[in-house]
Amino acid sequence: MNFDWRWAFALEILPRLLRATVNTLLAAGIGYAIAMVLGLVFALALRSPWRLPRFILREILEFIRSTPLVVQIFFIFYVGPQVGITLSPWVAGMIAIGLHYSAYVAEVYRAGIEAVPRGQWEACRALNLTTRDSYVRIVLPQALPHAMPGMGNYLIGIFKDTPMLSVIGVTELMQAANAIGSETYRFIEPYTLVGVIFLALSLPTAGLVRLGERRLRRKLGL
Amino acid sequence: MWEFLQTYGPRLLDGALVTCAQFVLAALVACFAALVAGLGRLSDFWPVRSLSIVYIELFRGTSLLVQLYWIFFVLPLFGISLPKFEAGFLSVGLNVGAYGAELVRGAIQAVPRGQWEAGYALSLSPAKRMRRIILPQALVLMLPPWGNLMIELLKGTALVALIAVPDLMFVAKQINGATFRSAEAFGAALLIYYMLARFLITPAMRGLERVMARRLGRA
Repeated sequence: MNFDWRWAFALEILPRLLRATVNTLLAAGIGYAIAMVLGLVFALALRSPWRLPRFILREILEFIRSTPLVVQIFFIFYVGPQVGITLSPWVAGMIAIGLHYSAYVAEVYRAGIEAVPRGQWEACRALNLTTRDSYVRIVLPQALPHAMPGMGNYLIGIFKDTPMLSVIGVTELMQAANAIGSETYRFIEPYTLVGVIFLALSLPTAGLVRLGERRLRRKLGL
Repeated sequence: MWEFLQTYGPRLLDGALVTCAQFVLAALVACFAALVAGLGRLSDFWPVRSLSIVYIELFRGTSLLVQLYWIFFVLPLFGISLPKFEAGFLSVGLNVGAYGAELVRGAIQAVPRGQWEAGYALSLSPAKRMRRIILPQALVLMLPPWGNLMIELLKGTALVALIAVPDLMFVAKQINGATFRSAEAFGAALLIYYMLARFLITPAMRGLERVMARRLGRA
């Protein structure tokens, strides 16, 4: 048993880890923004009247959902240069995470859109609105609030998946801990602190998300 | 592409076998942990209850990668040295088990009250009531979400490559490093993961759902 936790060392590396935490939060935020936008695009495309593109898109999303995010990160990072597009680790990582989670988020949007009563569509038809106007002015404003309660969990999910970005060298929390470990040969403090930082951020966020969703549900009368 | 598969196919297959082994072992760990923590979460005895909550929140609140590194690099400092293979499936299993525990708890609480009261009326012991009446019905309720969780578990096993377990992802990375044929190496790995999920795990879970429903006479 050679357990020795050094407080001095832990305090010394804490600022460096906290600086990296900013990058982790940034990565999670950007990834989430991409997923929210791309997910909406996919959800709308899944309702296109053409059967074949719809089928292909559904299979692609299923593929993205059932393969590991790390492999996707590697794929995007390394295949880019092969076809002549060199992506920085940040760009490749953000594309990978955004794409991966957009496949999940698209399902949430879809459920929200399907929850809009048929009568609303019929009203659009009766008012002779174009498809675009029906979506933008009638359906989506009603669908989006209903889709929101399912979204918070994916924000936490993205946050907890950001350590995977360290495999292609994005300078986030995990990467910083790895660097400290290989510089000093001390692993207990950096890895434990990373765990503590993740807990300290994700537990309150999870609580807030739950609270926010309950409020939203009550407000919407769900 | 064809000669790529001829040259590296066998190695990818070896990697896929390691991934399957990791998957099966991690799934066993996850089911066991989920059952214990899920039941513990509902226990009347507060030390058991709080221990379960600590386990669930600890593993759901941090990343799988952090847990994997912690179990592999930090546990040895406490005198518990795990080989990489065991550290791999144990951390994946414990991580997924924490999510599974919430499913177990939710399903048990969703079994109608009348069933509990019937168990009471027949004066079954609490253990027997749980085992013969509540759990079988809870199992049927929670199988569909467990199907999704099993896919997440398969995806989680890809991370064990980062502590050098020679699984599918690890082999793909090695081939990529040796040949720079990234599209083929990672593309083949992605396809194999997809086929495992789509043609093995999903049908197996659907089959299990049908069998369980039939055994409870709900087909």
